[in-house]
Amino acid sequence: MDIVNDRSRSLGDFITASDDDRIICRCEEITKGEIRRAVHDGMFSMHEVRRFLRCGMGLCQGQTCGGLVRAVIARELGVPASELDDATARAPMRPVEMETFGREVAGV
Amino acid sequence: MTRYDLIVIGAGPAGLSAAAEAASHGLRVAVFDENARPGGQLFKQIHKFFGSKEHKAKIRGYDIGAELLGEAESLGVKVFLNAPVVGLYAGKEVAVNLGDEGMARFKGDTVVVATGASENMVTFDGWTLPGVMGAGAAQTMMNINRVRPGDRVLMLGSGNVGLVVGFQLLQAGCELVAVVDAAPRVGGYGVHASKLARCGVPFYLSHTIIRAEGGDRVTGVVVGRTDSRWNIVPGTEKRFDADTICIAVGLSPSTRLAQMAGCEMYDPAQGGGKLPVCDELTGETSIPGIYCSGDVSGIEEASSAMIEGRMSGAAVAHRLGYMDGREFERRLEGLERSLASLREGMFAPKNRGKTFEKTDEGFDIAAGLLGNGYLSDTEALRYPGVKSLPGIHPVIECTQNIPCNPCQDACPKGCIAVGANIVSLPVVNESAKCIGCGQCVASCSGQAVFLVNEDAGGGWATITAPYEFIPLPGKGESGRALDRAGNTICESEVVDVRVSPAFDHTCLLTFRVPKSECGRARFWKRGER
Repeated sequence: MDIVNDRSRSLGDFITASDDDRIICRCEEITKGEIRRAVHDGMFSMHEVRRFLRCGMGLCQGQTCGGLVRAVIARELGVPASELDDATARAPMRPVEMETFGREVAGV
Repeated sequence: MTRYDLIVIGAGPAGLSAAAEAASHGLRVAVFDENARPGGQLFKQIHKFFGSKEHKAKIRGYDIGAELLGEAESLGVKVFLNAPVVGLYAGKEVAVNLGDEGMARFKGDTVVVATGASENMVTFDGWTLPGVMGAGAAQTMMNINRVRPGDRVLMLGSGNVGLVVGFQLLQAGCELVAVVDAAPRVGGYGVHASKLARCGVPFYLSHTIIRAEGGDRVTGVVVGRTDSRWNIVPGTEKRFDADTICIAVGLSPSTRLAQMAGCEMYDPAQGGGKLPVCDELTGETSIPGIYCSGDVSGIEEASSAMIEGRMSGAAVAHRLGYMDGREFERRLEGLERSLASLREGMFAPKNRGKTFEKTDEGFDIAAGLLGNGYLSDTEALRYPGVKSLPGIHPVIECTQNIPCNPCQDACPKGCIAVGANIVSLPVVNESAKCIGCGQCVASCSGQAVFLVNEDAGGGWATITAPYEFIPLPGKGESGRALDRAGNTICESEVVDVRVSPAFDHTCLLTFRVPKSECGRARFWKRGER
């Protein structure tokens, strides 16, 4: 099993850091501390952290914060950032108003 | 659902090139772009491009963009704007947000993903304050929307994006308080750094931002020196008054549509996120008929993206039977040669992360240039473009192997030789007779060519330098001559101001300095010391 998915290993105690209140995901206003805490609570992948905290699900859809979130998770896990898979890419890839999303036009 | 032979996602240099190439062979092509205007980043590139003639060197980005767009439209390519593609599926179907009209689906027999890249961010205390922005965002504000991003700007990142946008900030009338980079060396072309340095912009290498100050917007920045492990060295903090911080710390390919379609991805050794597995030439992904072209398949220049786009477009035409095998091979071969020549030199993708001690020709790389942003007076003398000759002659302060040769073509008298390999350093031919026409000065995309007359009479020397600021000075106006570091040498009078359509918005400014200063004076600035 790769180290990222090894849920049995201990990350040690969660120790607060001076920059824990720094915002990492601007759209959803998620701080570094919240992401670090989520990793300690067992969210080891980009995908899980996204579902848990909504970081990367706002207006920019992770375009700005994706790399930043990845770096925080990787550091907390003690693995190189390249070890972490991207969160699954899904449609709609850009924010769409529900009114538009619900109106399918045919024959353009 | 409307069907097209080719659907292109992204109307930037790669996407438009792919579309034009495919349409030129008779394909029915649609291009979708989320922006209100086509061209991707091309229309905000107000500087002259590098390369050789076939790469449209010395032409400004917006002119290249207009030409490309014109070509695509004249070939019947349908360009949908304000039309973000929000889904790409393995069946080569795209879902597009057409705004008020609603959501539409289109089917392509082939798809070229040319979604480009987005800017990387870094965090520091205060990074979410208004006034902190990507360098590309600042460039869009200035060059597309004609809004000056701020008055006093600090640039983080000394790669080409940081340096080029930094210069454009100066052109827009901003003050650039510093270029800061955590790396110990300037990351971009030395010629771009030199343009900033001689305007007086200080470089802080091995420095990074500690915090942005301000309540509801940026009012200051504190930077500090980093040690070899990227930690701040205590006591090295330095504060700048600034209202804007531009971040130019690299780009990440926008690969999510390719991932969504199920294209196989890989992790390039150089880092920077996963990339789609692509055919080296055509950009075809692991899904037959889906191609990736331009920055989405790995960050390079717009010039390379345009060739990659052509290759993908040709491959699509061949795949769908619009181009026979032999014609396709010939086309691909020509494009491959053109691309290979751009991928040479010290800044080539294959050399990313490497440091060079010597040029291909064996000259030592200038430590001053990499550490301060400018050549020292003695370093400049090392290179084959810098010679002391009687009469007027070109001085070419081009000291790194980059793919560029317009200076050679520009000289009607054969004074300048780059040779067959476009990354070679230009050599000034001492036996050819310079007529002072200035074509070389205007042709240099790096603004590194000067005409020097070491003895213009009366104890004076004259320097003719490229000048791209408005308002232009008038003949006889007095100001200051600056050295390569941007320090004032002496008072200096403008003796000639040359403007010509052939120079394409580069003014040739001739100013005079005492003979003894002809090897140092490289810029002219309005006003007193």
